[in-house]
Amino acid sequence: MLDWFLHIPAVAAFLKEFPFVAVYIVPVAWIIVKILALVVPLLVIMAYLTYAERKVLGAIQLRQGPMMVGPYGLLQAFADGIKLFSKETIIPTGADKTLFIIAPMITFALSLVAWAVIPVGKGLVLANINVGMLYIFAISSLGVYGIIVAGWASNSRYAFLGGMRSAAQMISYEVSMGFVIVAVMLATGSLNMTDIVTVHRPWWVSVLLFPMFVIYVISALAETNRAPFDLPEGESELVGGYNVEYSAMTFALFFLGEYLNMILLSGTATILFLGGWLPPFGLHALAFVPGVMWFTLKVCFILFIFLWARGTLPRYRYDQLMRLGWKVFLPFTLVWVVIVAGTLLYNHALPGM
Amino acid sequence: MIEAIFFYIFAAVLILSALMVITARNPVHAVLFLILAFFNAASLFVMLGAEFIGMTLVIVYVGAVAVLFLFVVMMLDINFAALRKGMLKHLPVGAFVGLALLAELMWMYMDWTPSMFVDNSARSPTPHGVTNTHALGQILYTQYLFPFETAGLILLVAMVGAITLTLRSRGDVRRQNVSDQVARNPKNVIKVVKVASGAGVEL
Repeated sequence: MLDWFLHIPAVAAFLKEFPFVAVYIVPVAWIIVKILALVVPLLVIMAYLTYAERKVLGAIQLRQGPMMVGPYGLLQAFADGIKLFSKETIIPTGADKTLFIIAPMITFALSLVAWAVIPVGKGLVLANINVGMLYIFAISSLGVYGIIVAGWASNSRYAFLGGMRSAAQMISYEVSMGFVIVAVMLATGSLNMTDIVTVHRPWWVSVLLFPMFVIYVISALAETNRAPFDLPEGESELVGGYNVEYSAMTFALFFLGEYLNMILLSGTATILFLGGWLPPFGLHALAFVPGVMWFTLKVCFILFIFLWARGTLPRYRYDQLMRLGWKVFLPFTLVWVVIVAGTLLYNHALPGM
Repeated sequence: MIEAIFFYIFAAVLILSALMVITARNPVHAVLFLILAFFNAASLFVMLGAEFIGMTLVIVYVGAVAVLFLFVVMMLDINFAALRKGMLKHLPVGAFVGLALLAELMWMYMDWTPSMFVDNSARSPTPHGVTNTHALGQILYTQYLFPFETAGLILLVAMVGAITLTLRSRGDVRRQNVSDQVARNPKNVIKVVKVASGAGVEL
């Protein structure tokens, strides 16, 4: 795609004169352009996810949702953004200043870097690395630091309690999430995200993996601290959880991070279970629609489940949450991994056999 | 050249953060620097082509172990001044142990010649054109199956041991029993009684 630009005579002559530019500057600039091409649409989608959330919740509760700013309230997300930009950043007196500022940055940065390995279309991926799934798992396990550091650095009881709850919750649900990923790895034989999508899956493998999909989505709810597992924020008992002391842009970064994480986990679920950018149900007649469109639609479907769950289910109690993670999901996924492996072995469907 | 630049960045940050782990005044900062050190070590593994070990280091150490460290350190009520009191007294012993370890390592490294069998695999982490993860899996589940499974069993025993040591069942706690709740129905627990006025009721 870059070639036409390099073949312009003036540009080619310039690059011949300065090989340093051709070897280092041009590739780096190209990488930055690619990153921006991914991040800018992501941020727009994130802005409209907040709008969609309020509209969906409004529809569930028989009201309108935002409708004053712009036609149908479409500009509401940007109005909120401008409001948060123009507010004052307040740093509490007793807070650990450096960590207090760094914590939201960690959360936001981590929710963006994971996108490097997500293929949004055929060949549309920033880094097609061999261990893509492990990379995502590693990055999402780092996500807990932003929250726990925020809770501690705020020097506030409510924030600290929220941070601790969040850390315990994320660690608990990561275990069963790991087993879900193992089951998908067994069926696809690769950790590379592109391979996971393109490897042929017989229909019965998809049926076999369906319970894992359900568990993955529920764990994703817990992992992103979303309702019904939004105990770290629990406004009724913890005021606002780990981000009580945050204001303005520092708060906005947490907010952005949470929604970007939702989109990320939906994207991962799409790639693991819903066939990524391929048309749904193996309908090749629908292949004329660009892969990016299918990917976006599938991600939107899972995001709608997130919003739907928030509008429908009451918040879990903390011991119930732990019980679900350790006593229901963990044994179930453990047994199901064995069943998936056994079935694949019995049918000679293990990849590489 | 770019690889060299990144190697020196990661290595420098790794060593600096390792230094900060032992010199930081606040134990929470020390743990955070430890996490930074782990992360940079993982980056170095990735640069070596050992991507699986790099990712596993992040998932296991940074994602799970260090979180528990951080938990414990944050909950402790530590008197920082008292902790630093013994610093000068213990410095000679600590320096001696550190120097002895360094000397031993250097001694070993100067004498170390890799055997001709491991040489090939040490130089190229991904043999036979398969991915690093694939190669590790092949060797772990064939040649080293027994030690690998034994390590798993030892960890299991340690886990069971830790749980047995700390588990105590308290009689005075009322726990939720979901199956009891679900099995409970109005017929068994609600009794509708007609009460004649002034007569009271006996249940």
